Amino acid sequence: MKDNIPSLEMAFPVRARDFLAGGDGAARIRRVLQQVGFPPAIIRRVAIAAYEAEMNIVIHSEGGELKAQITPEVITITARDTGPGIPDIELAMQEGYSTAPREIQEMGFGAGMGLPNIRRCADELEIKSAPGQGTTVNIIIYNR
Amino acid sequence: MGYFHSVRLEEDKCKGCTNCIKHCPTEAIRVREGKARIIQERCIDCGECIRICPNHAKIAVGDALTALAAYSYRIALPAPAIVSQFAGQAGLERILGALIALGFDAVYEVALAAEIVALATRRYLDNYRGKRPLISPACPAVVGLIQVRFPSLVEQILPLATPVDVAARLARKEGMAVTGLPSQAIGTFFISPCPAKITAVRQPQGGLPGPDRVIPLAAIYGDIRQHLATAVPYPSRAGATGYGWGHSGGENASIGGRRLLEVDGIHHVIAVFTRIEAGDFDDIEYIEAQACPGGCVGGALMVHNPYLARLELRQLALCLPSGPANLPEAGSSLVAAPVQPRPALQLDTDLATAIEKMQRLEATQAMLPGLDCGSCGSPSCRSLAEDIVRDEAQDTDCVFVLRERVRVLAEEVVELARKLPPSMAQPERRDKDAAPGNS
Repeated sequence: MKDNIPSLEMAFPVRARDFLAGGDGAARIRRVLQQVGFPPAIIRRVAIAAYEAEMNIVIHSEGGELKAQITPEVITITARDTGPGIPDIELAMQEGYSTAPREIQEMGFGAGMGLPNIRRCADELEIKSAPGQGTTVNIIIYNR
Repeated sequence: MGYFHSVRLEEDKCKGCTNCIKHCPTEAIRVREGKARIIQERCIDCGECIRICPNHAKIAVGDALTALAAYSYRIALPAPAIVSQFAGQAGLERILGALIALGFDAVYEVALAAEIVALATRRYLDNYRGKRPLISPACPAVVGLIQVRFPSLVEQILPLATPVDVAARLARKEGMAVTGLPSQAIGTFFISPCPAKITAVRQPQGGLPGPDRVIPLAAIYGDIRQHLATAVPYPSRAGATGYGWGHSGGENASIGGRRLLEVDGIHHVIAVFTRIEAGDFDDIEYIEAQACPGGCVGGALMVHNPYLARLELRQLALCLPSGPANLPEAGSSLVAAPVQPRPALQLDTDLATAIEKMQRLEATQAMLPGLDCGSCGSPSCRSLAEDIVRDEAQDTDCVFVLRERVRVLAEEVVELARKLPPSMAQPERRDKDAAPGNS
């Protein structure tokens, strides 16, 4: 048992357009990382990346799941949704580019900073998506 | 590790109810053996438990007027909010005069120092290019909250001294100049609206000097009132903006600017900080965050209703000049020590062990009913799970888990009671599960 690297997994369902609960999953992940004792700078990067990924599900998809896998060396955040998918990932990565509908932009979301913010916080970022296929965002942050 | 706290429990008044544990923002209280116990490393002295306790069993320990005898020249430093408690009954200068009647030799208004700090803050914000928003260091309970629950935000605390410390330093200098006495003969006494400021004075960040002593307002409220009618007015040097710091929004108003946000009440502060840690609010320049509802007028050691106190303070400020014509030179009195995180919530110092404990914590929590009833003495099911993992509690501390165990046991007892020895029982009445051919 002692040879195994401990790994903690958490999963939170995320509902589309639920702006009241949106962000709760990321907040739970933040509290767990803090209680476990990761350095504040790492926690902050994970918290921002997880929050943006969670809000992307809320804003753009038909619902999905936010998952975290935590080991002493690496934290992996996975956001998987069923939704329209991203037709042009490169374009979606550009700052200020957003496909969020107007009423959501008027709520102060969808400024086109979600994915760019995630990229800034992540050590590795992988986005799997195609139109009509939903989107899976995989974020890796090393503890170093 | 001795950590001084001003918030204490009066054992004989505590009935062991669970009101305080549920309101503590850092989950620092447990009920054990019928009494509330404060986990010292976690307490931030916000005073929520003092406010909520129906039996007034939570108190704040500060200095008394007898401490004046230890110094030859005594300067009172009333917090801006203090005057709100008497504003309906006397003018500002008479309220300050009542402090002299209590035995002080001089008064240095913290409101005056607040104006100096406001000016320095404005300058600092104008030149700041780092992570936003910056957070006010003025409320020590909020600073404690950041240290314990939001350690990644310590770097966003504005690195300037608080008005209390600035007032103490400038008052000391002035006192020495006026009297010619050495520093140790001068006593600076902060009159505090809250327990957090008592702790902050006794346990200053980075050991930089602040006031020598702190007297809780509640301890001298009656004495001040008694002297209001006969007190000789003492000249005020502060203006309306400085006194505005006594209520929520006043600090921001005195700093000035377009994207300044104020939040009051510790649970609202937590909600805002959670969003800041998620990267939100970065278009906000500065956050005035105060633990008490309405700001310092709502301090846990204040006597009057906070909303009435706020009204009185605003009315009083209307009669004051907006700010003094010339502020005292601040010099080095604005220097603050950097704030360090206080990782009191951490499960273990070793990451791998902590993750293992967190796995057990999550699994334990899943077994608990999720009512957050507090009957076990921990504030929530999750915190009971945490206490179990820390070996400070066991699962049968939960009345529901215990009940379930008792039910299983009772069923087993009934089951066993039905069994009869073969010498007495008919074959068909024997237990069906009994291994065949075993008798």
